[in-house]
Amino acid sequence: MKFGVVVFPGSNGDHDALKAVELGLQEEVVPIWHKDTSVAGCDALLIPGGFSYGDYLRAGAIARFSPIVDAITSFANDGGPVLGICNGFQVLTEAGLLPGALLKNAGLSFSSTWVHVRTETDRTPFTVGIDPGTVLRLPIAHGQGRYFIAPDDLATLEANDQIVFRYTDSKGHEDDAHNPNGSVAHIAGICNQRGNVVALMPHPERAYDALIGGDEGLQILRAVVHAGLSAVSA
Amino acid sequence: MSIINDSVVDNQRSYLVEVFVSLKPVVNDPQGLSIRDGLNSLGYAEVEAVRAGKYLRVTLSAESASDAETRVRRMCEQLLANPVTETFHLVVTPLNDH
Repeated sequence: MKFGVVVFPGSNGDHDALKAVELGLQEEVVPIWHKDTSVAGCDALLIPGGFSYGDYLRAGAIARFSPIVDAITSFANDGGPVLGICNGFQVLTEAGLLPGALLKNAGLSFSSTWVHVRTETDRTPFTVGIDPGTVLRLPIAHGQGRYFIAPDDLATLEANDQIVFRYTDSKGHEDDAHNPNGSVAHIAGICNQRGNVVALMPHPERAYDALIGGDEGLQILRAVVHAGLSAVSA
Repeated sequence: MSIINDSVVDNQRSYLVEVFVSLKPVVNDPQGLSIRDGLNSLGYAEVEAVRAGKYLRVTLSAESASDAETRVRRMCEQLLANPVTETFHLVVTPLNDH
Protein backbone atom coordinates (compact mmCIF):
# COMPACT_ATOMS: atom_id res chain seq x y z
CA MET A 1 0.00 0.00 0.00
CA LYS A 2 1.32 3.46 -0.92
CA PHE A 3 0.80 6.38 1.45
CA GLY A 4 1.15 10.04 0.57
CA VAL A 5 1.98 12.76 3.11
CA VAL A 6 0.91 16.22 1.96
CA VAL A 7 3.48 18.91 2.75
CA PHE A 8 2.39 22.55 3.08
CA PRO A 9 4.73 25.43 3.83
CA GLY A 10 4.70 25.37 7.63
CA SER A 11 3.87 21.68 8.03
CA ASN A 12 6.04 20.25 10.80
CA GLY A 13 4.49 16.83 11.37
CA ASP A 14 5.25 15.63 7.84
CA HIS A 15 8.44 13.83 8.77
CA ASP A 16 6.77 12.21 11.78
CA ALA A 17 4.11 10.87 9.42
CA LEU A 18 6.65 9.69 6.85
CA LYS A 19 8.67 7.87 9.55
CA ALA A 20 5.58 6.36 11.17
CA VAL A 21 4.58 4.73 7.86
CA GLU A 22 8.13 3.80 6.89
CA LEU A 23 9.30 2.41 10.25
CA GLY A 24 6.05 1.66 12.06
CA LEU A 25 4.01 0.16 9.24
CA GLN A 26 6.88 -0.66 6.87
CA GLU A 27 4.76 0.44 3.94
CA GLU A 28 5.70 2.63 0.98
CA VAL A 29 5.28 6.37 1.56
CA VAL A 30 6.03 9.52 -0.44
CA PRO A 31 5.81 13.23 0.37
CA ILE A 32 3.43 15.24 -1.84
CA TRP A 33 4.29 18.94 -2.21
CA HIS A 34 1.37 21.34 -1.86
CA LYS A 35 1.92 22.70 -5.38
CA ASP A 36 1.47 19.26 -6.92
CA THR A 37 -1.81 18.67 -8.69
CA SER A 38 -2.10 14.90 -8.31
CA VAL A 39 -1.92 12.48 -5.41
CA ALA A 40 0.77 10.47 -7.24
CA GLY A 41 -1.04 7.15 -7.30
CA CYS A 42 -1.29 6.93 -3.51
CA ASP A 43 -3.82 4.62 -1.85
CA ALA A 44 -4.16 6.70 1.33
CA LEU A 45 -3.39 10.32 2.20
CA LEU A 46 -2.16 11.82 5.45
CA ILE A 47 -2.55 15.56 6.03
CA PRO A 48 0.02 16.24 8.75
CA GLY A 49 0.27 18.62 11.66
CA GLY A 50 2.04 21.94 11.80
CA PHE A 51 1.25 25.56 11.07
CA SER A 52 0.47 25.68 7.37
CA TYR A 53 0.89 29.25 6.09
CA GLY A 54 1.70 30.36 9.63
CA ASP A 55 -1.93 29.81 10.72
CA TYR A 56 -2.57 33.24 9.14
CA LEU A 57 -6.18 34.43 9.33
CA ARG A 58 -7.33 31.13 10.87
CA ALA A 59 -5.53 27.80 11.22
CA GLY A 60 -5.90 25.97 7.90
CA ALA A 61 -7.67 28.84 6.15
CA ILE A 62 -5.03 29.58 3.52
CA ALA A 63 -3.83 26.02 2.90
CA ARG A 64 -7.05 25.18 1.12
CA PHE A 65 -5.96 27.36 -1.81
CA SER A 66 -2.95 25.15 -2.46
CA PRO A 67 -3.25 23.31 -5.80
CA ILE A 68 -3.03 19.90 -4.07
CA VAL A 69 -6.29 20.49 -2.20
CA ASP A 70 -8.34 20.03 -5.40
CA ALA A 71 -6.62 16.67 -5.89
CA ILE A 72 -7.28 15.71 -2.25
CA THR A 73 -10.93 16.65 -2.70
CA SER A 74 -11.26 14.49 -5.84
CA PHE A 75 -9.50 11.61 -4.09
CA ALA A 76 -11.87 11.94 -1.12
CA ASN A 77 -14.95 12.20 -3.35
CA ASP A 78 -13.88 8.96 -5.03
CA GLY A 79 -13.87 7.28 -1.60
CA GLY A 80 -10.10 7.36 -0.99
CA PRO A 81 -9.04 7.25 2.66
CA VAL A 82 -7.81 10.60 3.99
CA LEU A 83 -6.54 11.19 7.54
CA GLY A 84 -6.11 14.74 8.83
CA ILE A 85 -3.92 15.13 11.90
CA CYS A 86 -3.97 18.29 14.03
CA ASN A 87 -3.37 21.10 11.49
CA GLY A 88 -4.57 18.60 8.88
CA PHE A 89 -7.91 18.50 10.74
CA GLN A 90 -8.05 22.31 10.58
CA VAL A 91 -7.25 22.27 6.85
CA LEU A 92 -9.99 19.69 6.13
CA THR A 93 -12.65 21.70 7.97
CA GLU A 94 -11.61 24.93 6.24
CA ALA A 95 -11.68 23.13 2.88
CA GLY A 96 -15.24 21.98 3.58
CA LEU A 97 -14.37 18.27 3.57
CA LEU A 98 -15.37 17.97 7.22
CA PRO A 99 -18.00 19.87 9.22
CA GLY A 100 -17.36 22.21 12.14
CA ALA A 101 -14.35 24.31 13.07
CA LEU A 102 -11.41 24.33 15.47
CA LEU A 103 -10.97 27.23 17.86
CA LYS A 104 -8.42 28.46 20.35
CA ASN A 105 -8.16 26.08 23.32
CA ALA A 106 -10.53 26.95 26.14
CA GLY A 107 -7.57 27.27 28.53
CA LEU A 108 -5.79 29.57 25.99
CA SER A 109 -2.50 27.71 26.41
CA PHE A 110 -0.78 25.50 23.86
CA SER A 111 -1.23 21.92 25.10
CA SER A 112 1.56 19.42 24.59
CA THR A 113 0.85 16.26 26.53
CA TRP A 114 -0.46 12.71 26.27
CA VAL A 115 -4.19 12.08 26.36
CA HIS A 116 -6.57 9.17 26.09
CA VAL A 117 -9.23 8.91 23.42
CA ARG A 118 -12.06 6.42 23.13
CA THR A 119 -12.77 4.97 19.70
CA GLU A 120 -16.43 5.56 18.92
CA THR A 121 -16.93 3.78 15.61
CA ASP A 122 -15.18 1.14 13.54
CA ARG A 123 -16.86 2.06 10.27
CA THR A 124 -14.00 4.26 9.00
CA PRO A 125 -10.90 2.97 7.18
CA PHE A 126 -8.77 4.31 10.06
CA THR A 127 -10.71 2.52 12.81
CA VAL A 128 -11.83 -0.68 11.11
CA GLY A 129 -10.82 -3.59 13.34
CA ILE A 130 -10.56 -1.35 16.43
CA ASP A 131 -13.50 -2.25 18.65
CA PRO A 132 -15.69 0.72 19.61
CA GLY A 133 -14.88 1.59 23.21
CA THR A 134 -11.17 0.89 22.73
CA VAL A 135 -9.09 3.52 24.55
CA LEU A 136 -5.90 4.72 22.84
CA ARG A 137 -3.14 6.78 24.45
CA LEU A 138 -1.90 9.47 22.07
CA PRO A 139 0.02 12.75 22.27
CA ILE A 140 -1.48 16.15 21.52
CA ALA A 141 0.34 19.38 20.61
CA HIS A 142 -1.98 22.22 19.65
CA GLY A 143 -3.17 25.70 20.54
CA GLN A 144 -6.34 25.65 18.44
CA GLY A 145 -7.97 22.29 18.98
CA ARG A 146 -11.33 23.15 20.49
CA TYR A 147 -13.79 21.47 18.19
CA PHE A 148 -16.95 23.49 17.68
CA ILE A 149 -20.12 22.73 15.79
CA ALA A 150 -23.59 24.25 16.19
CA PRO A 151 -25.99 22.17 18.36
CA ASP A 152 -28.21 21.12 15.43
CA ASP A 153 -25.21 20.01 13.41
CA LEU A 154 -23.81 18.16 16.42
CA ALA A 155 -27.04 16.15 16.58
CA THR A 156 -26.62 15.32 12.88
CA LEU A 157 -23.02 14.28 13.51
CA GLU A 158 -24.15 11.93 16.29
CA ALA A 159 -27.06 10.55 14.26
CA ASN A 160 -24.76 9.85 11.28
CA ASP A 161 -22.12 8.07 13.40
CA GLN A 162 -19.53 10.70 12.44
CA ILE A 163 -17.84 11.04 15.85
CA VAL A 164 -14.75 8.85 15.68
CA PHE A 165 -12.80 9.69 18.87
CA ARG A 166 -13.65 11.33 22.20
CA TYR A 167 -11.26 12.52 24.93
CA THR A 168 -11.62 10.37 28.05
CA ASP A 169 -9.65 9.20 31.05
CA SER A 170 -7.57 6.04 30.78
CA LYS A 171 -10.65 3.94 31.54
CA GLY A 172 -12.71 5.46 28.72
CA HIS A 173 -14.92 7.75 30.80
CA GLU A 174 -15.31 11.30 29.52
CA ASP A 175 -15.38 14.28 31.87
CA ASP A 176 -14.32 17.92 31.69
CA ALA A 177 -11.04 17.21 33.50
CA HIS A 178 -9.90 15.01 30.60
CA ASN A 179 -11.06 17.33 27.83
CA PRO A 180 -7.78 19.15 27.04
CA ASN A 181 -9.18 22.01 24.98
CA GLY A 182 -12.89 22.43 25.70
CA SER A 183 -14.10 20.62 22.59
CA VAL A 184 -17.87 20.31 22.33
CA ALA A 185 -19.08 16.85 23.43
CA HIS A 186 -15.42 15.91 24.17
CA ILE A 187 -14.85 15.38 20.44
CA ALA A 188 -11.26 14.56 19.46
CA GLY A 189 -11.92 13.25 15.96
CA ILE A 190 -14.67 13.03 13.36
CA CYS A 191 -15.33 11.72 9.86
CA ASN A 192 -17.40 12.76 6.89
CA GLN A 193 -20.78 11.14 6.29
CA ARG A 194 -19.28 8.50 4.02
CA GLY A 195 -16.61 7.73 6.63
CA ASN A 196 -13.56 7.83 4.35
CA VAL A 197 -12.30 11.25 5.46
CA VAL A 198 -11.24 11.14 9.11
CA ALA A 199 -9.44 13.74 11.22
CA LEU A 200 -8.32 14.09 14.81
CA MET A 201 -6.34 16.55 16.90
CA PRO A 202 -4.10 13.95 18.63
CA HIS A 203 -1.05 12.65 16.79
CA PRO A 204 -1.21 8.89 16.02
CA GLU A 205 1.97 9.25 13.90
CA ARG A 206 3.89 10.34 17.01
CA ALA A 207 2.90 7.11 18.77
CA TYR A 208 4.17 4.35 16.49
CA ASP A 209 6.81 2.80 18.74
CA ALA A 210 7.23 2.27 22.49
CA LEU A 211 10.68 3.83 22.11
CA ILE A 212 9.11 7.24 21.47
CA GLY A 213 6.65 6.98 24.33
CA GLY A 214 3.84 4.88 22.92
CA ASP A 215 2.75 2.75 20.00
CA GLU A 216 -1.04 2.88 20.15
CA GLY A 217 -1.29 5.35 17.28
CA LEU A 218 -0.03 2.67 14.99
CA GLN A 219 -3.41 0.93 15.25
CA ILE A 220 -5.02 3.86 13.41
CA LEU A 221 -2.46 3.81 10.59
CA ARG A 222 -2.49 0.02 10.38
CA ALA A 223 -6.29 -0.05 10.13
CA VAL A 224 -6.20 1.59 6.72
CA VAL A 225 -3.73 -1.00 5.46
CA HIS A 226 -6.13 -3.76 6.47
CA ALA A 227 -9.05 -1.78 5.05
CA GLY A 228 -7.15 -1.36 1.78
CA LEU A 229 -6.31 -5.04 1.58
CA SER A 230 -9.88 -6.09 2.26
CA ALA A 231 -11.12 -3.67 -0.41
CA VAL A 232 -8.74 -5.25 -2.91
CA SER A 233 -9.76 -8.79 -2.04
CA ALA A 234 -13.49 -7.96 -1.94
CA MET B 1 -14.54 48.46 -27.12
CA SER B 2 -11.88 50.77 -25.77
CA ILE B 3 -14.50 53.46 -25.17
CA ILE B 4 -16.51 51.07 -22.99
CA ASN B 5 -13.42 50.05 -21.09
CA ASP B 6 -12.46 53.66 -20.52
CA SER B 7 -15.90 54.53 -19.22
CA VAL B 8 -15.75 51.58 -16.81
CA VAL B 9 -12.39 52.72 -15.54
CA ASP B 10 -13.74 56.25 -15.12
CA ASN B 11 -16.56 54.99 -12.92
CA GLN B 12 -14.25 53.14 -10.60
CA ARG B 13 -12.93 54.66 -7.44
CA SER B 14 -11.22 53.42 -4.35
CA TYR B 15 -13.01 52.42 -1.21
CA LEU B 16 -11.80 51.37 2.18
CA VAL B 17 -13.89 48.56 3.62
CA GLU B 18 -13.25 47.89 7.30
CA VAL B 19 -14.12 44.33 8.29
CA PHE B 20 -14.93 43.52 11.91
CA VAL B 21 -14.94 39.76 12.50
CA SER B 22 -16.21 38.42 15.80
CA LEU B 23 -17.16 35.07 17.23
CA LYS B 24 -20.87 34.29 17.18
CA PRO B 25 -22.55 34.91 20.54
CA VAL B 26 -23.06 31.15 20.99
CA VAL B 27 -19.30 30.50 20.70
CA ASN B 28 -17.29 30.64 23.91
CA ASP B 29 -14.52 33.28 23.71
CA PRO B 30 -11.79 32.47 26.26
CA GLN B 31 -9.65 35.39 25.04
CA GLY B 32 -12.44 37.84 25.73
CA LEU B 33 -13.09 36.30 29.15
CA SER B 34 -9.39 36.60 30.07
CA ILE B 35 -9.25 40.23 28.93
CA ARG B 36 -12.39 41.00 30.94
CA ASP B 37 -10.81 39.41 34.02
CA GLY B 38 -7.70 41.51 33.45
CA LEU B 39 -9.74 44.71 33.26
CA ASN B 40 -11.64 43.71 36.40
CA SER B 41 -8.29 43.11 38.13
CA LEU B 42 -7.15 46.61 37.11
CA GLY B 43 -10.12 47.99 39.02
CA TYR B 44 -12.57 48.37 36.15
CA ALA B 45 -15.24 46.53 38.06
CA GLU B 46 -17.91 47.96 35.72
CA VAL B 47 -16.67 45.84 32.79
CA GLU B 48 -19.25 43.11 32.26
CA ALA B 49 -18.07 41.47 29.06
CA VAL B 50 -15.33 41.63 26.42
CA ARG B 51 -15.42 39.83 23.09
CA ALA B 52 -12.19 39.59 21.09
CA GLY B 53 -12.20 39.63 17.30
CA LYS B 54 -10.30 40.57 14.16
CA TYR B 55 -10.05 43.83 12.28
CA LEU B 56 -9.17 43.84 8.58
CA ARG B 57 -8.88 46.80 6.20
CA VAL B 58 -9.60 45.98 2.56
CA THR B 59 -8.87 48.68 -0.03
CA LEU B 60 -10.46 48.02 -3.40
CA SER B 61 -11.79 49.74 -6.50
CA ALA B 62 -15.51 49.58 -7.12
CA GLU B 63 -18.24 51.39 -8.99
CA SER B 64 -20.11 52.41 -5.85
CA ALA B 65 -20.11 52.03 -2.10
CA SER B 66 -22.77 49.33 -2.33
CA ASP B 67 -20.72 47.51 -5.00
CA ALA B 68 -17.68 47.63 -2.71
CA GLU B 69 -19.73 46.30 0.18
CA THR B 70 -21.21 43.49 -1.91
CA ARG B 71 -17.77 42.39 -3.07
CA VAL B 72 -16.24 42.38 0.42
CA ARG B 73 -19.32 40.60 1.81
CA ARG B 74 -18.62 37.80 -0.67
CA MET B 75 -14.95 37.77 0.39
CA CYS B 76 -16.02 37.40 4.02
CA GLU B 77 -18.37 34.53 3.19
CA GLN B 78 -15.66 32.74 1.21
CA LEU B 79 -12.54 33.42 3.26
CA LEU B 80 -12.29 36.31 5.69
CA ALA B 81 -14.76 34.88 8.21
CA ASN B 82 -15.63 31.28 9.04
CA PRO B 83 -19.42 30.94 8.81
CA VAL B 84 -19.39 28.10 11.36
CA THR B 85 -18.04 30.23 14.18
CA GLU B 86 -17.86 33.88 13.16
CA THR B 87 -19.97 36.84 12.13
CA PHE B 88 -18.81 40.11 10.58
CA HIS B 89 -19.88 43.63 9.83
CA LEU B 90 -18.54 46.11 7.31
CA VAL B 91 -17.96 49.86 7.26
CA VAL B 92 -17.40 51.36 3.79
CA THR B 93 -15.58 54.67 3.30
CA PRO B 94 -14.85 56.26 -0.10
CA LEU B 95 -11.21 57.25 -0.52
CA ASN B 96 -10.08 60.44 -2.24
CA ASP B 97 -8.48 59.64 -5.57
CA HIS B 98 -5.41 61.43 -6.87
